[in-house]
Amino acid sequence: MKSLKLALMGAIALAAMPLAAQAEPVAEVLHYWTSGGEAKAIKELQQAFEKRGGKWIDAPVAGGGGDAQAAVLRSRVLAGDPPAAVQIKGPNIAEWAAAGALGDLTEVATAQKWDDILPQAIKDVVKYDGHYVAVPVNVHRVDWIWANPEVLAKVGAEVPKTWDEFNATADKLKAAGIVPLAYGGQPWQDATVFETVVLGIGGVDFYKKAMVDLDEEALGSPTMVKVFDQMRKMRDYVDPDYPGRDWNLATAMVMRGEAAMQIMGDWAKGEFAAAGKKPGVDYICAPTPSEGGYILNSDSFAMFNVKGEDKKEGQALLAELILGKEFQETFNLYKGSIPARMDVPMDKFDACAIKSMEDMTAAAKNNTLVGSVAHEIAQAGAVRGAFLDVVTAHFNSDMSSEEATKKLIEAINLAK
Amino acid sequence: MASVAARMADRLERWMPKIVIAPGFLAILLFVYGFIIWTAYISFSKSRMLPNYDLIGLRQYERLFQMDRWNVAFTNLLIFGATFILVSIIIGVLLAILLDQRIRIEGAIRTIYLYPMAISFVITGTAWKWIMNPSLGLETVVRSWGWESFSFGWIVDQNMAVYALVMAAVWQSSGFVMALFLSALRSVDQDIIKAASLDGASTAKIYLRIILPSMRPVFMSAVVILSHLAIKSFDLVVALTNGGPGYSSTLPANFMYEMTFRRNEIGVGAASAIIMLATVVAIMVPYLYSELRGSKNV
Repeated sequence: MKSLKLALMGAIALAAMPLAAQAEPVAEVLHYWTSGGEAKAIKELQQAFEKRGGKWIDAPVAGGGGDAQAAVLRSRVLAGDPPAAVQIKGPNIAEWAAAGALGDLTEVATAQKWDDILPQAIKDVVKYDGHYVAVPVNVHRVDWIWANPEVLAKVGAEVPKTWDEFNATADKLKAAGIVPLAYGGQPWQDATVFETVVLGIGGVDFYKKAMVDLDEEALGSPTMVKVFDQMRKMRDYVDPDYPGRDWNLATAMVMRGEAAMQIMGDWAKGEFAAAGKKPGVDYICAPTPSEGGYILNSDSFAMFNVKGEDKKEGQALLAELILGKEFQETFNLYKGSIPARMDVPMDKFDACAIKSMEDMTAAAKNNTLVGSVAHEIAQAGAVRGAFLDVVTAHFNSDMSSEEATKKLIEAINLAK
Repeated sequence: MASVAARMADRLERWMPKIVIAPGFLAILLFVYGFIIWTAYISFSKSRMLPNYDLIGLRQYERLFQMDRWNVAFTNLLIFGATFILVSIIIGVLLAILLDQRIRIEGAIRTIYLYPMAISFVITGTAWKWIMNPSLGLETVVRSWGWESFSFGWIVDQNMAVYALVMAAVWQSSGFVMALFLSALRSVDQDIIKAASLDGASTAKIYLRIILPSMRPVFMSAVVILSHLAIKSFDLVVALTNGGPGYSSTLPANFMYEMTFRRNEIGVGAASAIIMLATVVAIMVPYLYSELRGSKNV
């Protein structure tokens, strides 16, 4: 066993030397990054992989935010011919690992000291049963407020630091005839706002109990009722045309000064950047009110059980590259997210990204880093769906907060 | 020798149709009926992310009917199906009768009404999404004309969103129903109509009492075609409302997709597909049975 390990390590070392490996490392990569900055970012990875002598087989599946890819993946695994690396995230990784479909990355992880550079919340996602089975690519922060400072100045307000302040500012904005909150009424966006409110009003421990552990007592507690009350208030702060609006159109409302704030993950930054807006000048990024909490969303590549030395080598090389400092930097500059490892120099990143990294490092230290439910990090498809259903049903109707908590417990029990 | 060859040719000729049809028949047998059976099996299993063949009885159906989202979707199907079929047929028949009055440039008008059928539901949905959006479309336009109190917000109202779907679907399909009825109207025996008008029947009476009742088979085709359009409606919802506000305008096909492909709930998805199939069967079989038997007696 030890000699095999050594041999494998040797193979990796060989593969690491350009043009030195006898068997060409091969990796088929199944992903859905097919547009804009994401496509550019994955191209970077391909080039880095090829520079190290690897043969990259690109298997992009466009559309559906990964739904189409999930169908392809399922049939490939059932047919016994899985791709080497697949872009999946959150508890889906654990589900595939539990089905015995994933490989083991312990060799690379030990060599590259992944344990020291990754925050615990991410390790929880990419490790199964103590072994690394996936590689994190990036971290998106979910709990951001994107604000237009000019609009806020009209009512003499700043970005709110507590939810009471948020409500006071929103009331002032509304009285001045300005839409306080740019909002897209799609279930995942409802849930995005919901989880930031849970984190803000309930605190980190409550978030962990209710959203991660699905503790029934927490889900039905008066705190949860308060969270739904706040959601009901938010309903008054959005314009009447919100249903069905895409998130980027809501971002544009903030940019144009039609609305004051939007609560959205840091992919919104890309919209501001594309419009030539500067952080701190044309727009402000600030965490939603909470006590040092940080909701993270992270993309990752899961490594499937592949047969053949060349494929295994390819996988190891790919894993090493993905979490390498160089790729983490270039990729995340394109994607607008921040590196998943905490030791990448941040000097090329913008102010929002630097703030995000500082907060993540602090949150990782204080153990206040939590996974997003809306973005499928803390919960898998079915339970996440239950959250989405209830939150969106409550937001779009006159359902009382008490009834919403009751329904939430029911829906989660059904989905479990 | 010659007779053997002739017999061979004869036999070949007899077998030829069956041989030609066989591949298509087998393909349909496997890919349609085979997978219906597979789906039914899965709906009784405990499948979640991957198909799993351990049976657990009716558990998935129990879960299905406890889900709020499913009950909304199913009620929506009934509302959407009934109003869509009814309104499409009424508008289609009216248009057909009006066009049947030997008017000028009938060809051009017919084409205009029929054209929406050539557009996919996705485009219909997107266009109507903009038309019905309160701040972009109709409401803003009418208000800018001076009617300040005009409001048309079906698409953002969770009680009315399903009717927004009906509206777009009717716009798309009523022209097709019109064409169907127009061709039938044209094939009605003119002698009967002449006889009726000689007897002093008014035009309205002739249509109501004689022509329309004689077109029962056309009504049947219209209902069959429209109801399968209604039950398989998926793209229209995705493009027009995306199931919202909330999930108030979602239909069973969307539910099935959501569960199977997004939430790793293959078992529940399969159960919902089987319920959809059962609904079609429950509505269509008695109807087809009565209609087909009725036509034999005539």
